[in-house]
Amino acid sequence: MKKETAAVQRSTKEKLQQRMASAAYWFEFVKKWMWMTVRFVLIFGISFVIVYPILLKLSIAFKSMDDLYDSTVIWVPHTMTLDNFKLVFKAMNYPHVLLNTLLLSSAVMLLQTVTCVLAGYGFARVKFRGSGFLFAGVIFTILVPAQTIMVPLYLQFKNFDLFGLIELIEGEPANLINTYWPFIISAALGMGVKTGLYVYIFRQFFKGIPREIEEAAYVDGAGYFTTFTRVILPNAVPSMVTVMLFSFVWQWNDSFFTNMYLNEPKVMSSMMASSGYAIATFLSGGGQAETASYVQDPFFMSMMMNTSVLMSILPLIILYLFVQRHFVESVERSGLVG
Amino acid sequence: MRFRKLSLEQKNRYYGLYFILPWFAGFLFLFIVPLLSSFRYSFSNLQVTNDGFSLDFIGLSNYREALLSHESYVRILTESVVDIAVNTPLIIIFSLFFAVLLNQRFRGRVLARAIFFLPVILASGIIASIENGDLMQSVVRSANDTTGGGLSIMKNLELAVLLIESGVSMTFVEYLTGAVSRIYEIISQSGVQILIFLAGLQSISPSLYEAAKIEGSTGYEAFWKITFPMISPLILTNLVYTIIDSFISDETSRLVVDTAFKSYDFGLSAAMAWMYFAVIALVLWITTSLVSRKVFYQD
Repeated sequence: MKKETAAVQRSTKEKLQQRMASAAYWFEFVKKWMWMTVRFVLIFGISFVIVYPILLKLSIAFKSMDDLYDSTVIWVPHTMTLDNFKLVFKAMNYPHVLLNTLLLSSAVMLLQTVTCVLAGYGFARVKFRGSGFLFAGVIFTILVPAQTIMVPLYLQFKNFDLFGLIELIEGEPANLINTYWPFIISAALGMGVKTGLYVYIFRQFFKGIPREIEEAAYVDGAGYFTTFTRVILPNAVPSMVTVMLFSFVWQWNDSFFTNMYLNEPKVMSSMMASSGYAIATFLSGGGQAETASYVQDPFFMSMMMNTSVLMSILPLIILYLFVQRHFVESVERSGLVG
Repeated sequence: MRFRKLSLEQKNRYYGLYFILPWFAGFLFLFIVPLLSSFRYSFSNLQVTNDGFSLDFIGLSNYREALLSHESYVRILTESVVDIAVNTPLIIIFSLFFAVLLNQRFRGRVLARAIFFLPVILASGIIASIENGDLMQSVVRSANDTTGGGLSIMKNLELAVLLIESGVSMTFVEYLTGAVSRIYEIISQSGVQILIFLAGLQSISPSLYEAAKIEGSTGYEAFWKITFPMISPLILTNLVYTIIDSFISDETSRLVVDTAFKSYDFGLSAAMAWMYFAVIALVLWITTSLVSRKVFYQD
């Protein structure tokens, strides 16, 4: 027996040597490594292009006033300083804005997910005359740009009324502009930022769940709503995570609706648009004579803008570091692709 | 009492209606009603007064103003359409290519994927608009170019010369070199598309590739005969998504918003928005009807 295995081993070794002697082996070898190099260069290059603006902002944000005019400083500042961060922190009223944004984004995220899960399940299971037509409505909400319905929406929230009820009690319709109610209402009714897309995702997902699972639950005596909460929802967690992530991020970044509904910059995305102005008024106001001259300096103001942009995306990046794995995996499992 | 005559399944179908109800209320009050009134506004002159607003019907004059006498509407609208025609194929090809790359096994794949999806999080019109006019960043960039000897413009020129000398047509060369210099713009718009393609690639059954390999196909053939047809429905999805996404965050939409909230010409803004929507619908209809003929559905 021993002899035999030794013979076999020798022959495999010889085979390997024979293979290595042939040109085809080396050809394959070189091809594989060439491909790996090309792939590495491509992925590394594009990754660099993506990360470059963030690196640039980081480098600018840590610079001090002296580094700004030092021509030897390009990327790494001589004296690292946190002054820019401190200044923006105060000028933007950062903790307050951050809290507002976090609360608004979380509330919108939860409401949107609940409404869209329900609607998605409904659309996946309901079949009656006209249900296809209703789902076409979902697609329609994705296709129509928000600019088309912007003016009536604005006026509607400016003179908000529930079938004349508010006017009956208060004497006049409520003005919801500059409050968070427009966001809450549109999220709860499934008409927020890109909500049609979420309904679509859930519907595709629930279509993929076999009906037999529900039937088994009915046989065991569960009602329609129990089946939904105890059997269907736990299955839908991956796609719910996807939708929650998207809705949080898109609400955070949304500048269209925030600029429309809020007059004062209370949340991050509208803060960003006006941060230059906020910093300028902060520096020149309040008797700070020594800082007032900085406002005229375009380099300084640009440094401030960079810092403020960095600070407003910083929470998102930190969040992303934690959920990034989940983000990629959940999209793959969410049934987005049908 | 009516329910008693229905079977369990029929009953459950009606229960499903309750699930749609919140969405339907929103659809009705926050979509259909505003859509109709926006249509009405586009034909009238809207004045905001202390107690609400007043409407006078003025016929087509808002449309006429936008098309014939507005100083930039027509130009900006054509520019957006041309931009989309140029960018969309690039975004689709780019995202499909990188989705295929990121789907392969290699070291550091998790990190590479994490970086590639950063644009999904950071892609926001406001960041881009701040970046474009930024002084400090352009200073650092120009310093980089002179000291590092990067000379990015030169490189582009060399590529162009090389391509022209090898007999590629001029317009195509311009298209390609333009794509290279707009690479950041393209990347930042293709995060979601890569995500969708990647999810689609994961759902292709490996047994297909196995069978193809046994039959002796190369990786190139496997891509065009298996990956491409299997993923073609998602190409259509991504095409629609890309077109909508780029329309939402472009110059025209900014103009529409400014007309409404800076010059308070609500009627004109509504007319602009409606024509804009008509153009989007036309573009979408043309592309989907062209592409959907080629799409392969497995079942």
